[in-house]
Amino acid sequence: MSEAPDIVFRRHLEAGRFMLQRSRETGAYIFYPRVAEPGTGCTDLEWVEASGLGTVHATTVVRCKPPEADHNVVLVDLDEGPRMMSRVDGLPVDEVRIGMRVRATILRDGDAPLIVFVPAES
Amino acid sequence: MAFPRGRTAIVGVATYGEGESPGYSSIDLAVAASVRALADAGMKPRDVDGLFIGLPDDFLSGMTFAEYLGVRPRLTDNNRTGGSAFQTHLLWAALALDAGECDVALIAYGSNQRSGAGKLIRSSKPPTYEAPYRPVMPASAYALAASRHMHLYGTSRRDLAEVAVAARRWAALNPAAFLRDPLTVEDVLKARMVSDPLGVRDCCLVTDGAAAVVMTRADRARDHAVRPAYLLGAAAAVSHRDISSMPDLTMTAAAESGARAFAQAGVGPADIDVVQLYDAFTINVILFLEDLGFCAKGEGGAFVSGGRIGPGGALPVNTNGGGLSYCHPGMYGLFTIAEAATQVMRRAGSRQIEGASLALAHGNGGVLASQATVILGGEETL
Repeated sequence: MSEAPDIVFRRHLEAGRFMLQRSRETGAYIFYPRVAEPGTGCTDLEWVEASGLGTVHATTVVRCKPPEADHNVVLVDLDEGPRMMSRVDGLPVDEVRIGMRVRATILRDGDAPLIVFVPAES
Repeated sequence: MAFPRGRTAIVGVATYGEGESPGYSSIDLAVAASVRALADAGMKPRDVDGLFIGLPDDFLSGMTFAEYLGVRPRLTDNNRTGGSAFQTHLLWAALALDAGECDVALIAYGSNQRSGAGKLIRSSKPPTYEAPYRPVMPASAYALAASRHMHLYGTSRRDLAEVAVAARRWAALNPAAFLRDPLTVEDVLKARMVSDPLGVRDCCLVTDGAAAVVMTRADRARDHAVRPAYLLGAAAAVSHRDISSMPDLTMTAAAESGARAFAQAGVGPADIDVVQLYDAFTINVILFLEDLGFCAKGEGGAFVSGGRIGPGGALPVNTNGGGLSYCHPGMYGLFTIAEAATQVMRRAGSRQIEGASLALAHGNGGVLASQATVILGGEETL
């Protein structure tokens, strides 16, 4: 039995790599990591490093009670196809716009690595 | 086999404990509503042989309920597609009744989430790949969908506010509604923001409450109700679980469930007299009016403006005040069914839609993830 997809994904992330799965048969990329491709059930999945580039598809600002700061939450369409939840750093929380080109970066979030995005132009 | 259109009917309806019911457990409330719904149908708990239930805080609630109320079900169903579960309960109850697998179906729900927890009870873990970004769920999921609808179609916060205002105007006519004070568009726009573009008045209430309905076959429905609400169509569809996996943020699976329910019923949106939509957030009503075919995609904002869905408007929507102003005890779907049946039975008091013959009740589960639609009609629609 091969390693669980979530474990492989997180090990790559710890090493600074944002990896996607791709079906050898269909060529389609998958995120979040899973044991089979949705729709086809293909299990011939290989790990491929993501380009890290994407486009903001939807955005919201979570309004928090002080002293906690407001933060944005976005859905990003990766250039490879899959959509994921994340946030955009590097600009005021309410200046994130749908259609904005963004680039992934890996931060530390407590004990764990976390994929966030920054404006691609910066 | 075709859906058994009009061959089963709701013959008893009750709600109980909407608002605050301190000290009551969820099962207490569900049972309190159930005995009232059974009494409404002239029945006792021992008459029930089909039990459909899904409490928010009890994975085994079918057995808990059977024990508590002394029911011995032949058929127990706990389908849990969130707030849309109850529409699916009606679907399976109709098939089971028609097949003779049960004779009396009770569909029940109750929650003490306001008094017990003070917040929405989550019956599932936050998704691993979303939680680190700290969305405030479920509001942020609906906010993301709303952001997309605004981007594509120019829908405004004012359009969303019109939904909340219409709900409040209906709630003023419902003595059981939790919030009945006047509410204006400006009030909604000025309210505290939760997750842009949704403010607190775009969000449903957190209340206690319970509802129950009793179904039988049509051949005995008239023995139990003066004016039964016949089930003409019921259909469901699931498209995803987490908002990041929703195929199209501005098109819900209501487009599928609604089309199938309308086809079963042999009617269309223009025939419907009164509409009950699961309004967890204001954007829901706009999305569902579009996806169910009451207006074109993208025109929902304009459609709800100018009081069109409020009292006296062209299309009465959420005549009980909805989850926004009447009650929202976690999984609200059964309350849309109770109100639709009450309207068809013509027992809705000062909010009764005159001559209501056809009513639609639409349930939503998860974050726009599960959609289920039922259509009820009076005897003249058979």
